[in-house]
Amino acid sequence: MSFVFYILAALTVAGGLAAMLLKNTVHCALALTVAFAGLALLFLNLDAQFAGFAQILVYIGAVAILVVFAILLTRGSETPRDGVFSRTWLAGLLIAAGVFAVLGWAVIGSVRVLPHETAVPTVTVLQIGNALVSRYVLPLEIVAVLLTAAMIGAVIVAMHEKEGQK
Amino acid sequence: MDQVFVLLRLWLVSFLPAAWQPVIGALLSVVAIVCLFPALFALTTVFERKGLARIQNRLGPNRVGPFGLLQPIADGIKSLTKEDIVPLSADAAVHFLAPVLLVVAVFMGFAVLPMGRNMILVDMDAGLLFYFAMSASTELAVFMAGWSSRNKYSLLGAMRAVAQMISYEVPLLLSSVVVVMMTGSLSLTKIVAAQSGFTRGLPHWFIFTPWGFAGFVMYAIATTAETNRSPFDLPEGESELVAGYHTEYSGFKFALFFLGEYLAMFSISGLGATLFLGGWSAPFSFLTWIPSWIWFFSKLMLSIFVFIWMRGTLPRLRQDQLMNFAWKFVLPLCLLNLMVAGLWRFMGDGWLRWVICSVILIGAYTALGWGEMRRGKIGPRSYRYAE
Repeated sequence: MSFVFYILAALTVAGGLAAMLLKNTVHCALALTVAFAGLALLFLNLDAQFAGFAQILVYIGAVAILVVFAILLTRGSETPRDGVFSRTWLAGLLIAAGVFAVLGWAVIGSVRVLPHETAVPTVTVLQIGNALVSRYVLPLEIVAVLLTAAMIGAVIVAMHEKEGQK
Repeated sequence: MDQVFVLLRLWLVSFLPAAWQPVIGALLSVVAIVCLFPALFALTTVFERKGLARIQNRLGPNRVGPFGLLQPIADGIKSLTKEDIVPLSADAAVHFLAPVLLVVAVFMGFAVLPMGRNMILVDMDAGLLFYFAMSASTELAVFMAGWSSRNKYSLLGAMRAVAQMISYEVPLLLSSVVVVMMTGSLSLTKIVAAQSGFTRGLPHWFIFTPWGFAGFVMYAIATTAETNRSPFDLPEGESELVAGYHTEYSGFKFALFFLGEYLAMFSISGLGATLFLGGWSAPFSFLTWIPSWIWFFSKLMLSIFVFIWMRGTLPRLRQDQLMNFAWKFVLPLCLLNLMVAGLWRFMGDGWLRWVICSVILIGAYTALGWGEMRRGKIGPRSYRYAE
């Protein structure tokens, strides 16, 4: 673990913390972008150029923009008067803890299973493409279905609000 | 002559100890880029104002210097000495960061452009992806500028700009993916190398293939929208929004936005030249003695000229026309172009693939355009809010 890693990790964690703690929702979104950028730089630090630039392109270029769009189109950027805690916070906490546990278990398990790389592997775009449509085709399709579901959900939410205005 | 700048850099660096050479060499290239493109920007502003004046039958700037050539210097001094006004209710930190982020992200894009033989700052394996990642970051800067100004015109302009940029980024990426499919590499030097060579005096540029031509046309449309240039300049529509997302910026910060817009134009034209027009290679085999960087910059300035020409001739689109055009016309054609490129790749050499690929693309273009025209309700415009 190099010195650069610690700087980047601190940047990412600070961005993530600021995204939760800041009062203004748009500021939170911008802080989240800092966390995304920190993650991208961590990928680059590991010599994973494709993943790093794809992270910037997709997360900073599209996801962050969609987040701020959603904030501005749904309600004001100010914190609501009656607090930010929803009534189902306990269920949310449990789900978040569960997801974190699964991810942590997978990450820790991968240390044993995967071979320890010493040299930087050279990965071409062709190899990434082949891997995506052969070995990892199922996760890819699941992600596609998930995104479609999210889009349908967004359209339903937007249509609902328009009806409410009339 | 071809390698004059590369050799100059090597000569300058050779005076230093060996440990410093890579760092100072990179620094020299950065300084060259940071000096050259703003200078080009200054020239382009005069060129643009003169060109527009010619199209509109007037004279244009003609007071400062011979033929108004020193106008950009006067403008530069003016914007440097103007008062820097920040609105009282503005979000000061975000308001300050927005122009900085914009210009930095735009400058980063130049790092991977091959501007001549061996003239590239960083020869990355994922150069194209790096470029698009950087150009995507400018959207956030535009949003930050509009939102932090606390002004309804700024916010409306920013929302328009971001919606437009995100919609046209999809065709921009998809039209470039065709080139990546053909060369099998994201490295811009390899893309240029794949287009080098001549058959009977004519170059192997990608624009001279059916899929390359279709891709180039869609790339050109998408870049015009991506750089917020007329006819897609709704985010800055003067008659509707004062100046869009940079309404509340004055002095040097406004100059930075202006600079960022033109630099984005330069870099995206340079990328277009690299992807479809053979980068720094000469258009005919008997012209290869002309230095490669002259070819690159001629192609770049030619695209700038077309940008100015379009601005002088075409009226501005309406927001719904803009969105319909992106999602219902350009995007389907881009997706079709991907399949045509695959077909071209696996049909092998021969005249048959030229005929089939051209017929598919032209047929789809006509059918889609005709269908859209028939379905479009042409008649008096109906207003929803402004009755």
